[in-house]
Amino acid sequence: MKNILLILRREYLVRIKKKSFWVMTLLMPLLVSGFYALLFWGVFNSREVQRVSILDESGSFTQKFKDSEKVKFEYLNLPIDSALSRLNQKRTDIVAVIPKDIIEEPSGLRIYTGKGVGFEIQGKIERIIQNEIRNVKLSKAGIDQKVLEDADVDVSSKVVVVSKEGEQKEQNTLASTVLGFITVILMFSTVIGFGMQVMRGVIEEKTNRIIEVIISSVKPFQLMMGKILGVGLVGLTQFTLWITLTFVLTTVSSSMLPSQQIAKAAQEQMSEMPQKDKDKIAKKMEQTPSDAGKVMAFIQSAKNLNIPLIIGCFLFYFLFGYLFYASVYGAIGSAVDNETDTQQFMFPIMLPLLAGYLIGLMTAGQTDNKLLFWASIIPFTSPITMMSRLPFGVEPWELILSMSLLVISTFGMVWIAAKIYRVGILMYGKKPTFKEIGKWLFYKG
Amino acid sequence: MNNILEVHNVVKRYSQHTALNDVSINIPKGVIFGLLGPNGAGKTSLIRIINQITGPDEGHVLFDGQKLNQQHIKEIGYLPEERGLYKKMKVGEQLLYLAQLKGLSEKQALEKLKEWFIKFDIKTWWTKNVEDLSKGMQQKIQFVATVLHEPQLIILDEPFSGFDPINADLIKNEILELKEKGSTIIFSTHRMESVEELCDHIALINKSEKVLDGEKNEIKERFKTNTYNIKYSGELLTTSNDFEIINTEKIEDNFSSSTIKLNSGTPVNQLIRQIIDQVELRSFGENIPSMNDIFKMVVNETID
Repeated sequence: MKNILLILRREYLVRIKKKSFWVMTLLMPLLVSGFYALLFWGVFNSREVQRVSILDESGSFTQKFKDSEKVKFEYLNLPIDSALSRLNQKRTDIVAVIPKDIIEEPSGLRIYTGKGVGFEIQGKIERIIQNEIRNVKLSKAGIDQKVLEDADVDVSSKVVVVSKEGEQKEQNTLASTVLGFITVILMFSTVIGFGMQVMRGVIEEKTNRIIEVIISSVKPFQLMMGKILGVGLVGLTQFTLWITLTFVLTTVSSSMLPSQQIAKAAQEQMSEMPQKDKDKIAKKMEQTPSDAGKVMAFIQSAKNLNIPLIIGCFLFYFLFGYLFYASVYGAIGSAVDNETDTQQFMFPIMLPLLAGYLIGLMTAGQTDNKLLFWASIIPFTSPITMMSRLPFGVEPWELILSMSLLVISTFGMVWIAAKIYRVGILMYGKKPTFKEIGKWLFYKG
Repeated sequence: MNNILEVHNVVKRYSQHTALNDVSINIPKGVIFGLLGPNGAGKTSLIRIINQITGPDEGHVLFDGQKLNQQHIKEIGYLPEERGLYKKMKVGEQLLYLAQLKGLSEKQALEKLKEWFIKFDIKTWWTKNVEDLSKGMQQKIQFVATVLHEPQLIILDEPFSGFDPINADLIKNEILELKEKGSTIIFSTHRMESVEELCDHIALINKSEKVLDGEKNEIKERFKTNTYNIKYSGELLTTSNDFEIINTEKIEDNFSSSTIKLNSGTPVNQLIRQIIDQVELRSFGENIPSMNDIFKMVVNETID
């Protein structure tokens, strides 16, 4: 045991001291929180004020365009050519030309710009004109404003999961899917990444020939376990740092956007809407499918997910999934002399990992999918696939079954790997076949 | 118990061949023991069994009278033929690590390392990466790693390969010093001149079997052909049944050199008396086979 700890310490320290470890560890949370911050800024903090010139040939839209913080409207009464020349003179950013027959020919609206027009502003101008045309057409058809307001229903849904005990939980499938994807991808890449590190470490010791010195001091099993656990601890360290840093950074970056700014942004969205909608929207603010509202709902529902459970399970499945596969990687490393010889052994090991990955991603959210269910129970794929199911809720018995199967088969795999490793590390020269490796399992002492 | 190591009837088989076939060797305490044999004879297999890297299929090994077990690992130091260290690790850290694997505490290891670094005058290497050292320097580090924990039994597999003559001498003196201090050294090599120089005992393994074993001088005695080389002026004739002249050649104007075989039972002095009666003797020497001759003789014999 003392020897395993000594080896573990070396393997751990050697990797922790590497620059690449810290680059990866720091870069990931920065990327994640940067993305998170970008999401906020993109929605709530728009670019500079856009000047939009309206050339209303139909004359039906006077006073319909209202300035907001982001957009300033001006009405022009000029020929198109001279209006457009204002673009070149940088006196305006956008020129919207509403043709005379806009009511009959709604696709006649033209928006001219010098440097491209934001999707948001284009939508805003279209929305205002569309609303107005509809109003005009509907009142022509003799429909009362009141009826209109009534008929303007906004359908949005919430998914509510009813557990067996009758407990109801609101669920945002988007947040669950996103979280599932992230954890599946992370699990897949880290199990392979750290597994490969174990393999390289074993090959390094073998090609260095230090292996013979070390196994004249410790048992091969101790060396293998020390290495696997050391690298695994590096993985856990990295995750812990990632989680902490991501949490700190996202908290900081979201607190840099004061809440009144978010409220203001939401208000602004409302002010752009026709007055008649305002009351209604005020009534059902939450359901408003505005951009800001959507992001808020997403963040809110992400907060409703059982994050501690998911993190806990992630660490558990990483630890055992990693141990399971790292021992296979270690055994492969022991059997070969250099990394190029590993190719033929890589395919069989990648197959279940890839299967777990693809099932996890492609069937995400299909809670009654049989393939997904079995893939999350069987140890070869469960560490990855279960991550895709967790955000949608997994029955405790399923989780316990999956975890115990994984733990048992991890011990089995370590046992098999140790048998191969013990023989493999002393074999030089010929690249072994699967058959030969099979024989090693039965070698004595 | 006078033997530090006793190998009793050890058999080791691999799927294709038998690496050791009923090998028994006793290694007395405090000697330098030459473990000889051509490539692929089974020396490495035997060394690995002594190091407990593998176990024997049959037979057993006693270390200082006890059946070989995990406790003995720290009593053995092993320098394998294929040297290796972690390339990206600092020399000091690496030696501390290897010493701790042999059961030393960090503090003990540090103290002992200090002595060795002063002795070899390599203090500045402590913080260097191994890959920045020359091959010979790495060998020195590896030698220190082998003997640092002051093992009772030191196994050196081709210890001089890769050393220049000066450093080879340095290591040779260290080996002799370790012997003085009471360590036993198993010395596996192909270089017969260093066997000649260093070894007290030898064992020769060929084709998985031990073919020769014993004290070096006693073995030489055994392989002696009872022949003598003489130089003289005058003419030498066979005057009795006590000896015969195998060949004679003229070396200078008035000197000749002859190889003489003494018939068994005749004392050497009698031979000399008979010679000086006939010629002016200039030099007289017994033909003692070199280890190189013995090695070739024995190995070729077993081939036939």
